[in-house]
Amino acid sequence: MSEPPGAAVSLAEAPLADTPSKPPAAQRVQPLRRPGRWIATAAVLVVVAQILHGLATNPFYQWDRFRYWFLRPAVLDGLLVTLEVAALSAVLGLLGGVLLALARQSGSPVLSAVSWTYTWLFRSVPLIVVLIFLYNFSALYKTLSLGIPFGPAFVTFDESKLATDMTVAVVGLSLNEAAYAAEVVRGGVLSVDQGQHEAAAALGLPRGYQFTRIVLPQALRSITPNYVNQLIGLVKSTSLVFYVSLLDLFGSVQTMGSTYPGDIVPLLLVATVWYLILTSAVSVVQFYVERYFARGATRTLPPTPLQKARAGLAALRARAGREAAV
Amino acid sequence: MTADGTLETTPAALEVHDVHKWYGAHRVLDGIDLTVRPGEVTVVIGPSGSGKSTLLRVINHLEKPEAGHVSVGGELIGVRRGSGGRLRELSERALLAQRSRIGFVFQNFNLFPHLTVLDNVAAAPVATGRLARPEARERARELLTRVGLGDRTDAYPRQLSGGQQQRVAIARALALRPGIILFDEPTSALDPELVGEVLSVIKDLATSGTTLVIVTHEIAFAREVADRIVFIDGGRIVEQGPPREVLDTPRHARTRDFLAKVL
Repeated sequence: MSEPPGAAVSLAEAPLADTPSKPPAAQRVQPLRRPGRWIATAAVLVVVAQILHGLATNPFYQWDRFRYWFLRPAVLDGLLVTLEVAALSAVLGLLGGVLLALARQSGSPVLSAVSWTYTWLFRSVPLIVVLIFLYNFSALYKTLSLGIPFGPAFVTFDESKLATDMTVAVVGLSLNEAAYAAEVVRGGVLSVDQGQHEAAAALGLPRGYQFTRIVLPQALRSITPNYVNQLIGLVKSTSLVFYVSLLDLFGSVQTMGSTYPGDIVPLLLVATVWYLILTSAVSVVQFYVERYFARGATRTLPPTPLQKARAGLAALRARAGREAAV
Repeated sequence: MTADGTLETTPAALEVHDVHKWYGAHRVLDGIDLTVRPGEVTVVIGPSGSGKSTLLRVINHLEKPEAGHVSVGGELIGVRRGSGGRLRELSERALLAQRSRIGFVFQNFNLFPHLTVLDNVAAAPVATGRLARPEARERARELLTRVGLGDRTDAYPRQLSGGQQQRVAIARALALRPGIILFDEPTSALDPELVGEVLSVIKDLATSGTTLVIVTHEIAFAREVADRIVFIDGGRIVEQGPPREVLDTPRHARTRDFLAKVL
């Protein structure tokens, strides 16, 4: 067996790496002056400063009332409901999306058509309509039962007991989410090279293994950013569950607002800041998830913010050292 | 190398019987018959579009033939004989089990980019239930050492050169201890200076008595390793025989034309 070429390291190159990275001053290039960019930067800074000043000083925002409300139990309870609804719908929606995507890709024209129709229907109907429809569902079907289709039932549920406000909200959001997730997942699976499917088939890997261990991990690389986009939309859509009498973050803020009409603006700011925090948290998770699925796809992984900050500091220090030496 | 007068008592390693394959209205394979004895190295050559790759893909049933059938080690691939002698499609599970006994090396390697080199090689024996994880990894390490990559087990495929990736792909095929290995233009996607390292690994397999079917454009390599050369054109086998016959004294004009172009 021949050894791979290029295994031996040339010793002549080694000392180069140890020489300090200090280019001679004569060789450094004077950067071009860009006055236009400076003027634009200054103008934008003035506008930003104005906005920040307005936010801080305009008494209309009532920041003291914001501080009062921000961590009130009523608001935190609402936040908890928002988190619960969003998390459950995200998981159920993704599961449903995977199933719909698989059905769409399956060889059966019926499964494929049902999947397409589902996606078409739930992407067309506004979420608020779905939610209110479900809210009144118990009027259409009094009981739900488990048994042989069109035959005898084994278990029967009383619809009005089963359909709590939470259930209606989660089911509604999940149904809607699944339709979008299906397209996201399908797009991800399509983005995986055909050669990967063939290699998995040629090795005789079991069908389930092919999907869960070979195709899906590669598909997730393109699914993640799209699904996170979807997820951020979902977090905000949870505010609609207020209309099926569930007190989420927006719902509790809205209720407080009608009780304390003078505090509407600070209360809306409270909701805004909490939604900002939730979305930011999702984005941070996204970064690390994407980094995880980038294994093998790129030769080197992108640096984490911490690594970037460290590298930036090191570069600054090196530059300071250089300038001190000059 | 097998002697020419092998007795017909053992089943052929591979038997292709009157295989026809169409892509829509385009006929790709037009009645291919081919028998490969155990341990034999068969090299398939022919102009591009002649059906060489399709033939390999029909053998492990990545493509279903429209007519005819293939058997490996005496076992029909992708079909079984039902009552009354009619052929019935095999269940997917059974087909996958058959494929795991046929090695396949792709032109574009098709390594799993999200798995390390070691996991690429160790995955299939574990997934098919042949080996427990520790044994599979141990065997993967041995195979990678055998193809000269014992020191790159933790790398990801994209961190390797094309030649190294193809050697990993060969190790991955060997991990299932297949009775026969099919090579689909294994060096066509490689830079010229990397071709040699892959060919030397294949040569090593050829001399160790593994049954190989190799589709390639490397005529010099074919001459060196082949027990038999099969020349395909227009979906038919035009002629076949020992390298010296087919390459040096081709009987058919089409073979002569092709060789004049590639040599």
